[in-house]
Amino acid sequence: MHSNKTSTNKTELYYDSTARGSPPLEELREVIHYRNLILQLTRRDVMTRYKRSVLGIAWTMLNPLGMMVVLTIAFSHIFRFDTEYGYPAYVLSGLLAWNFFSQTTTAAMVNLVWGGGLLHRIYIPRTSFALAAIATGLVNLLLSLIPLLIINLISGVPIRATVFFLPIPMLLLAAFALGVGLLISTFAVYYPDVAEMYGIAMYGWMYLTPVIYPISILPYTFRFWITHLNPMYYFLEIYRAPIYYGKLPTAEIFTPAVLIAVITLVIGWVVFTYKSDEFSYRI
Amino acid sequence: MSIDQVVIRLENVSVRYRTPAERYNTFKEFAIRWLQGKVRNNSFWALRNVSFEINKGEVFGIIGQNGAGKSTLLKLVSRVMRPTEGRVVVIGRVVPLLELGAGFHPELTGRENIYLNGSILGFSRKEMETKFHRIVEFSELHEFIEAPLRTYSSGMWARLGFAVAIDTEPDILILDEILSVGDEAFQRKCLARIDEFLQQGATIVLVSHNTHQIEQMCQRAAWLAHGQLQSVGPASEVVRAYRENQHIN
Repeated sequence: MHSNKTSTNKTELYYDSTARGSPPLEELREVIHYRNLILQLTRRDVMTRYKRSVLGIAWTMLNPLGMMVVLTIAFSHIFRFDTEYGYPAYVLSGLLAWNFFSQTTTAAMVNLVWGGGLLHRIYIPRTSFALAAIATGLVNLLLSLIPLLIINLISGVPIRATVFFLPIPMLLLAAFALGVGLLISTFAVYYPDVAEMYGIAMYGWMYLTPVIYPISILPYTFRFWITHLNPMYYFLEIYRAPIYYGKLPTAEIFTPAVLIAVITLVIGWVVFTYKSDEFSYRI
Repeated sequence: MSIDQVVIRLENVSVRYRTPAERYNTFKEFAIRWLQGKVRNNSFWALRNVSFEINKGEVFGIIGQNGAGKSTLLKLVSRVMRPTEGRVVVIGRVVPLLELGAGFHPELTGRENIYLNGSILGFSRKEMETKFHRIVEFSELHEFIEAPLRTYSSGMWARLGFAVAIDTEPDILILDEILSVGDEAFQRKCLARIDEFLQQGATIVLVSHNTHQIEQMCQRAAWLAHGQLQSVGPASEVVRAYRENQHIN
């Protein structure tokens, strides 16, 4: 009986603490081996978030809709933003992408710092929490397409075939969020107050990004800096292009978005995995 | 299958924890100190130059007072932590039974938690499907399996945790104290299951304050004090040395 138990993959059952390959690649291998864990953690996060509320998962869709209503009422009385197809659909598409970014990066960090107890007790790949946070966000982002498309229909935004391009901006945004999430998680392990600072920083960052206002309202110099220095500008543009403007993003916007996403992800992954051996000494 | 096959080997293992000499409450404070080159750390060795081996099929005991480094040692063996110095080699699947139901979520049902916990232990969904019925069977929680875990008593919670962990058929089982899971009947069942494992050639590492237990259950034992290995050898001898030492102090 025992012999057929050990006949399962022998190499994965041998652990030598000094046989350390490249941490980023090793982590990648472990994540592939533990893919079911990421799936289960995602399932848990999606299912438990609203489990005790009456409307349940519908809140994923109602939340941004509520925000949209508030902002539309507020801004249609104070400012009149000139957007191509009306403000509600503009602000909703922006909010969905922005909330995805802000919620997943925060969740990646919080899950690691506060939920890190599990890392103390049993071996699991350390990136599991961040990956599950991103996957949970992607599920929510997909669900929120339903209210977005409904609002588009109501407010007369034409729905074109370009919506099928949407998975690409979503994945790029997810890659960027994962990179940022891993970087701030690494910081937050050493300095817990990074978590607080991040909340404030996100608040400011949102106002520096054309989420609830169109870029055209900004004075020229200011606009120049935002479009050149704020990576989220690109991600919002490529996200809005297919679903709001009904176009494919231009190469001028798309190329930097791809580069920023890939570079941030690689840096985040490498920094996190090189530092993660120290985490269990710290968390 | 030779009985002297080594499954856990520690070679000059040391673990150093660093704690900042001063408290930095904010990143800013730290950044200023760092720029001034004034960051100082106190460090202490939770383990220092510990070497021993555990053989296949053994019940191996670890004794020592609180803070002697027992938990740190377990973390090294279960891959949670890498040593600062030295080398740890482990052959086989390690399951720490000290963390029954770690990762359970109160809002999920028993069924969902079985799948979640299985994934934490590294199993695929398919593997868990074949284990599911055995786990429910062993835990004796049939009627409650679709209820959320927050409705479980702590005994039921631990029973489910034990049932999942034990079904992983670990090669190396880590026990922290002897199980106090559920009622006496269930405890006997757990011990019987552990016995079965031993028959199949599994290895058990038992950590305990209770020297009687170590004497009774273990063939060999190691005694740790202040992170250093005091002695390792036949359980009765190590326990005797430990007791004499406790007496003197």
